[in-house]
Amino acid sequence: MRQLMMGRSAGNCQILMLLAVLLGGMVSQPALASDGVIVEAVDENPPDVSEPVVSFESIAAELGDASFSAKMELTDALVKARYPGSRRVLAALLDGQLYADKATGRILIVSSGETGSIYHDAVSGSLMVDYQGDSKKIMTNNALRKKLRGDIARFDLGSDETAIRLGAVKQLRDDIDPVVAGLLREQQSLETDEQVLDEIRITLALFDLNSDTAEQRLAAVTELDGEIGNDVFNRLTSLLENESDKDVIKAAQTTIQRIESRRSFYAGLETAFFGLSFGSVLVLAAIGLAITFGVMGVINMAHGELIMLGAYTTFVIQQLMPNHIGLSIILSIPAAFIVSGLVGIGIERGVVRFLYGRPLETLLATFGVSLILQQLVRTIFSPLNRSVQTPEMMSGLLRVNEIFAITYNRLYILIFTLIVFAGLWLILNKTSLGLKVRAVSQNRQMARAMGVRTARVDALTFGLGSGVAGIAGVALSQLTNVGPNLGQAYIIDSFMVVVFGGVGNLWGTLVGGMTLGVATKFMEPHVGAVMAKIMMLVFIILFIQRRKQGLFPQKGRAASGA
Amino acid sequence: MSIRSRMARFAAACLAAGSIAGMTAAQAADTIKVGVLHSLSGTMAISETTLKDTVLMMIEEQNKKGGLLGKKLEAVVVDPASNWPLFAEKSRELLSVHKVDVVFGCWTSVSRKSVLPVFEELNGLLFYPVQYEGEESSRNVFYTGAAPNQQAIPAVDYLMNEVGVTRWVLAGTDYVYPRTTNKILEAYLKSKGVKDADIMINYTPFGHSDWQGIVSEIKKFGSAGKKTAVVSTINGDANVPFYKELGNQKISAEDIPVVAFSVGEEELSGIDTAPLVGHLAAWNYFQSVDVPVNNEFIAKWKKFIKNPKRVTNDPMEATVIGFNLWAKAVEKAKTTKVDTIIDTLPGLETPNLTGGTAKMLPNHHLTKPVLIGEIRDDGQVDVVWQTESEVPGDAWTDFLPESAVIEADWVKLKCGNYNTKTRKCSGQNY
Repeated sequence: MRQLMMGRSAGNCQILMLLAVLLGGMVSQPALASDGVIVEAVDENPPDVSEPVVSFESIAAELGDASFSAKMELTDALVKARYPGSRRVLAALLDGQLYADKATGRILIVSSGETGSIYHDAVSGSLMVDYQGDSKKIMTNNALRKKLRGDIARFDLGSDETAIRLGAVKQLRDDIDPVVAGLLREQQSLETDEQVLDEIRITLALFDLNSDTAEQRLAAVTELDGEIGNDVFNRLTSLLENESDKDVIKAAQTTIQRIESRRSFYAGLETAFFGLSFGSVLVLAAIGLAITFGVMGVINMAHGELIMLGAYTTFVIQQLMPNHIGLSIILSIPAAFIVSGLVGIGIERGVVRFLYGRPLETLLATFGVSLILQQLVRTIFSPLNRSVQTPEMMSGLLRVNEIFAITYNRLYILIFTLIVFAGLWLILNKTSLGLKVRAVSQNRQMARAMGVRTARVDALTFGLGSGVAGIAGVALSQLTNVGPNLGQAYIIDSFMVVVFGGVGNLWGTLVGGMTLGVATKFMEPHVGAVMAKIMMLVFIILFIQRRKQGLFPQKGRAASGA
Repeated sequence: MSIRSRMARFAAACLAAGSIAGMTAAQAADTIKVGVLHSLSGTMAISETTLKDTVLMMIEEQNKKGGLLGKKLEAVVVDPASNWPLFAEKSRELLSVHKVDVVFGCWTSVSRKSVLPVFEELNGLLFYPVQYEGEESSRNVFYTGAAPNQQAIPAVDYLMNEVGVTRWVLAGTDYVYPRTTNKILEAYLKSKGVKDADIMINYTPFGHSDWQGIVSEIKKFGSAGKKTAVVSTINGDANVPFYKELGNQKISAEDIPVVAFSVGEEELSGIDTAPLVGHLAAWNYFQSVDVPVNNEFIAKWKKFIKNPKRVTNDPMEATVIGFNLWAKAVEKAKTTKVDTIIDTLPGLETPNLTGGTAKMLPNHHLTKPVLIGEIRDDGQVDVVWQTESEVPGDAWTDFLPESAVIEADWVKLKCGNYNTKTRKCSGQNY
């Protein structure tokens, strides 16, 4: 018994040494763009057309060869004159659908249909059925695209759909001038929707902060009370720099203070979320190890590669069904479990079974297995990373308010981790397999005497832990590069979490992983990513010195391991 | 068996072995060996593998023309696997075991710094095709990639003057290239009047994948009401989750543009470029440059690699320029001896792939044009600004006081590290 207990703490020491060793392996003169050449418009219109259409066409025709600065002026002209086709041309230019015919200079809008490209004449909007010519795309740059969004928003103020009007007001907040303010006031009197009216009110208040009269400014500041957005904060801060009126200063300061306190609250919330999501990744990666190492006392250095196999399974399934990305992720979960589980059982039956009670040899042997698995993947797939696509529903943000937003992929993975944890807990505590696993881990000889087939239970436990590693790989494929070295990036973190949380304890893994994740994320903004990782490792080393069994030590007699 | 017959047998065996060795030595002397030292696995494989293929293509093309000096070229490819100490070992293997006449290799500056002592000790010849931080000029290395004054400084100028950026985030991977480049850029920005509070510097390890916190910090830093841009020296596959997180947190190029120095067509071909549209890249070459010499090269490359979807990029162009200059030097000097080639190269010219000319300067750097481009949704980059003519590479930046006085000139001064104030040539600082 004493020998076994020594073996366990010696095992911990090996791991710390390994961690320490593996830690070592971690960590002119400008010329302006040429001016555009103005192309003379070909007057294709019949002579009795009224003036506006001819000028619209000539402006549109110049877009083909204009420089970026000339394009800014031309689009301004289109907005000012408000031709019936202005918005159409501006929107096409923004979306990269505006083309110029190479031969005639005629401007076209090209969209893709089922049988190929569909061509419309930009000026008249009519469909060109038999267009055969060669056209080139009219290019935009960042500044032009930003301006176009504002231009289109001006047109969209009068749209019939509420969502479009709302988007337009939000877009216009970025550059309010007297003309836009006038448009907004007009819209205010016509508007019926609550949300749009609110947006207009705030935007006009921001504009009125520039007013010459102190009363108007005070009214504007009072109007903005309760708003927490960045632009409100910035405008009020810059207002304070030049303000002289006492009432306005006082009102602005109160609002700013309120915004700042709410901001720091939400910033803390956001960091907590980042910490939980990072922690959930750690937990997912480590929980399989908690079972194999914790329950069986087996140091599995190939655990990272089992995660990697799960990620590659996701890639393969995505290749098999490229049109159903969402479904492929869902199917990958059982598939990865089976693939990694089978490989895990293979490792157990083929290698680990012969080395029970000898942690050093198990470590070496499984390290060799990890190298074999890595090279196998390199040979079958390629040494380069493979790209795994994220389904639509998992990309993007869930916006809680102006300051606080949660990314969907991290949110889903957090929920997924909790589900996996709950599932494992149920298996280990409520099923007969779980009972046998716990029995074997607490006292192997007694369990055998009671009729439990320990060899089979060992294999199944290893398979369970490996299968969960495969599932972790599916989640990780959404967050990071899928390559042969994926496992190496997570093996150290997994061991860290398991040792910190207490060997053999699922709750320990959960709490340990989440704690480490949150702590790292709170430290990161202050000391940087590299230092945060170092501090986390140093903290664990010190913690283990004081409390060798980790956060949640195992109760009862020591596990057999023999 | 008698001693005499044993000795006779022994002698015969020696003769046989000797003649076979002699024959193979004679065979070996019939080819010119070209070493290729690029990572084919690990975190940098995403960028470096294509350069290995480029050298193989250039060798095949040269052999079709009859080789060099009547001999065929033979490629010796090794894989240092993104492992910096392994780069040094492999370079020693190339030079002392395989006895190559020239090596085309390295990408990260840490890999170049690792092999530098080996090349100087064994008097090898290295063509280094990647943009880097400067502050170096070795007798045995020819730098065909951009120095900071041919990439970083013009990019910052473009953002400052054309885009109106007043607040800066310098984000890089934690090693020598980003650290030195950011040092230079910080000094440059301050010399242009940018305040400390308007500069945020951040470093992450290779392969870093959890960008939530950092991207959120960038977002906060960029919403103070001043136009903010990110100057990214992030290298390798950490770029993939970085750009993904930018997309997830809805940071568009119109709000906070990111200009990357180590992201080109090759890195973009492996990721979903939809969230990247409008972000910037600064190089001396883009595949989208529409000139006949470039279109020919692209067609030739796609045919060689047997994949119409493969792309070309700036380090490939630099490899091509380096190879052509080396071949020209060999033909001019009529030998592959390293010392002779080192003396022949400065002053030689060869066409680059954007319609201009690349000239090898006495400091072992090239003249290169500077192009700034915006990323398109198909992974190509559209040029939005470029210099009128080629900019000569400056090995020692003028913006750091300790470097401004240093000059590199291997033709007149025979020194890569000459202090013009003290008039002393200090040796290589490894």
